[in-house]
Amino acid sequence: MGTNWAWFHRFGSPPHVYRLAGLLTPWFAWPAGLAIVAALYGGLVLAPPDYQQGEGFRIIYVHAPSAWLSVMIYSVMATAAGIGLIWRMKVAHAAAASCAGIGAWFTVVSLVTGMLWGKPMWGTYWVWDPRLTAQLVLLFLYLGYMGLRSGIDDLGRADRASAVLALVGVVNIPIIRYSVEWWNSIHQAPSVMKMEKPSMPMEMLVPLLLMFLGFTLYFAAVMLVRLRAEILRRERNASWIREALR
Amino acid sequence: MSEFFAMDGYAAFLWPSYLITFVAIIANIVVARRAHERARTEALRRLDRDSAEAQP
Repeated sequence: MGTNWAWFHRFGSPPHVYRLAGLLTPWFAWPAGLAIVAALYGGLVLAPPDYQQGEGFRIIYVHAPSAWLSVMIYSVMATAAGIGLIWRMKVAHAAAASCAGIGAWFTVVSLVTGMLWGKPMWGTYWVWDPRLTAQLVLLFLYLGYMGLRSGIDDLGRADRASAVLALVGVVNIPIIRYSVEWWNSIHQAPSVMKMEKPSMPMEMLVPLLLMFLGFTLYFAAVMLVRLRAEILRRERNASWIREALR
Repeated sequence: MSEFFAMDGYAAFLWPSYLITFVAIIANIVVARRAHERARTEALRRLDRDSAEAQP
């Protein structure tokens, strides 16, 4: 019985997670860098212009992966917050807190690149369209989560209150995902993240998939560094710090 | 080359999109590393202070 749960306890152990995060970071960071550089070349140089949008479609290589990160990071954050709440795992709360800032950044990037794509294609920077509005709500959820955390001095209370907010906000994730199908949205339907065959030629698709991969690995690397910082701040009086830092 | 940067008239929308994305990528790396470095320095300072206090 005891051994079955050993891995679970190890993931709840701050020194173990601190060390593991440090070991893993370069294994995410370098492949991320390579994938992003290759995807840039593929997307900007090798991919042919779109038959409708010409060269303008190339905004997809930064817009779609940023939008994916904004939603994926929220899901990771809410999952970690949920684990922290249910099993009272401090490391899980630390992980959730490490996600929020990165997620907020990429939500802003997805909104701004979306506006810059919308202007030439739709004729306007912004419309109160279901997809766009839900994405704006996502930004407010991130900002609310961070504001709530910094507004509560007691760390345990900040963890629990922000975790509840993160979990409530999960409702917004399927709304973002399916908004273009449920409502008559100006935003185009997914061209890659769907069950059927992607609706673009390989020369366009491969750089895009590479960019999704690169952004995801990049998030893992940055999040692990933030997690280490968060663990050090929380464990400042623990004896293991001495061995870990010397 | 200039044709590449002109992006068939979409340059004014395309390059700012790439710029803000890469600003975000770099900024997040800098923010994360600084946070870790600060937490490390702070922890080491506490350790030094504690061991100094332990001396007779």
